[in-house]
Amino acid sequence: MSEFLTKSRARNIFYGGSLFFIGIFGVLTIDSHLYIVNEATSKMPLTDEVVLGKHIWEKNSCINCHTLHGEGAYFAPEVGNVMTRWGVLDDPDDAAETLGAWMESQPSGIEGRRQMPHFELTDEEVRGLSEFLRWADKTNTQDWPPNDAG
Amino acid sequence: MKYSSQKVAYAYFVAALGLFAIQVLGGLLAGWIYVSPNFLSELLPFNIVRMLHTNALVVWLLLGFFGAAYFIIPEESEREIHSVKLAYIQLIILVVGTLGAVVSYLFGIHEGREFLEQPLWVKVGILVAALIFLFNISMTVLKGRKTAITNILVIGLWALSLLWLFAFYNPDNLSLDKMYWWYVIHLWVEGTWELVMASILGFLMLKLTGVDREVIEKWLYIIVATALFSGILGTGHHYYWIGTPGYWQWIGSIFSTLEVIPFFLMMTFSFVMVWKGRKNHPNKAALLWSLGSATVAFFGAGVWGFLHTLHGVNFYSHGTQITAAHGHLAFFGAYVALNLAVFTYAMPMLKARSPYNQVLNMASFWLMTGGMSFMTFVLTFAGTIQTHMQRVVGEDFMSVQDQLTVFYIMRFGAGAAVVLGALLFIYSVLVPRKELFTESTGSTPEAKAVLEGGR
Repeated sequence: MSEFLTKSRARNIFYGGSLFFIGIFGVLTIDSHLYIVNEATSKMPLTDEVVLGKHIWEKNSCINCHTLHGEGAYFAPEVGNVMTRWGVLDDPDDAAETLGAWMESQPSGIEGRRQMPHFELTDEEVRGLSEFLRWADKTNTQDWPPNDAG
Repeated sequence: MKYSSQKVAYAYFVAALGLFAIQVLGGLLAGWIYVSPNFLSELLPFNIVRMLHTNALVVWLLLGFFGAAYFIIPEESEREIHSVKLAYIQLIILVVGTLGAVVSYLFGIHEGREFLEQPLWVKVGILVAALIFLFNISMTVLKGRKTAITNILVIGLWALSLLWLFAFYNPDNLSLDKMYWWYVIHLWVEGTWELVMASILGFLMLKLTGVDREVIEKWLYIIVATALFSGILGTGHHYYWIGTPGYWQWIGSIFSTLEVIPFFLMMTFSFVMVWKGRKNHPNKAALLWSLGSATVAFFGAGVWGFLHTLHGVNFYSHGTQITAAHGHLAFFGAYVALNLAVFTYAMPMLKARSPYNQVLNMASFWLMTGGMSFMTFVLTFAGTIQTHMQRVVGEDFMSVQDQLTVFYIMRFGAGAAVVLGALLFIYSVLVPRKELFTESTGSTPEAKAVLEGGR
């Protein structure tokens, strides 16, 4: 190895190979971008309500307790399929009402139970958040999670 | 220390160690909340504590990398840093931004993408600091001697700074958001940071073992080639379940399996260099941290990463305590231990002392590594049970969590050992002033070796 693979050959392999893989990754990124927009997330339109909901989700740092499509903190339940779990996936009004009632009742204050903080949200914001979670639930995630427990 | 401008590194290391303390104390608090969930729940909720824990970690590791670059590059390029003033300005921007972020988190002001929660002005500050840094080191490197170590270090730092631009891109479409978010997160820790790690490890091996530079540099190019060849398409292991196409399940599984190779090579490289090297460098603690880093990185990033990276496994284990177990050992081995290795190596020179308090420093290595390993084991057990009960049996999240309490108690104990180790490390490199010596009295061969970086 030592005679064939000189330092400058190793360097050139590093440069050339890296550029090759960056190129492939770039092409696959474009394809994935189009797939997400046109197929995976096309079941429900990306409305202003959904965008507002995403903003609420971010503003309150929900990701640092919950997971969403399995990503986030592992302190609180998965919410990528919470609307399925609650049986309100296809009923926007029921979804917003259920979510609003849940958030209103937090924190539970039960001793020895993980506590969700109280978030002051307007009805419009609760509606946005529930639409965002319904939108996420309708995303084609290759059938993940395995069951409703999330 | 051959160049006076290397002294800049000292300020970076001290700032990094301060944040290291905040990070581990935040982690300890988060671990306690798992055990006793009502603790501080209204005053300082878990999500805020976790942001402090993860953000402090990332920033102190970056400060350590920047400091290490300012320490290594003058010696490699054989010239002073282009502008010492710019280096300090860069540090001030980073420290002000970090403290600003910490204070604003405590008041609930933050953005909301995991790890990228910094308010916009802090993100811009990080970008400005990165640009100053790139200008400063590039000018130094361009005018000086070119080596593979500086070449790889500078490529890694340029690439990670450019990838930071994706932190500013937050599409309304959640799946797109997630796909580009990994451009920062994955391509940092499983791509560009590995370049930085390999070059720093290469520098340490060069200094500590005395092996021929040609040999070390050839190894380095092979290591970083395998890192990028596997790591770039290895991003696919994050694209299984977020709305991206199904073909990522195969690409991600295959290439992220190959991601074990660079970590295996870095471990092999370190041990082979030590066996080959005939030099008996006095700084034994730096050698312990270097070998420890390469070894624990192989287990944490390599083995524990492979454990749940195949898509058939990940379908069940994704987003459980298995992920937490892997994350902790991988970060500790690859990036925490490596930073502590370079601090341990450089501090005696920066403070003009002989490699003091080896025993305390080495004890801190075993405390931290032991604690982290134990934490990884108990979280792996917790994650295995969680995966089965929640993902296979289908039991409700919280009722499964309630049954994992015993593991969370053990994790807290392990975390306490890590915190003790971290505080002991900080004490051992900063405080004791025994064996202080100056250029004039430091005439023993050992003192010479330290002052001149082992050459």
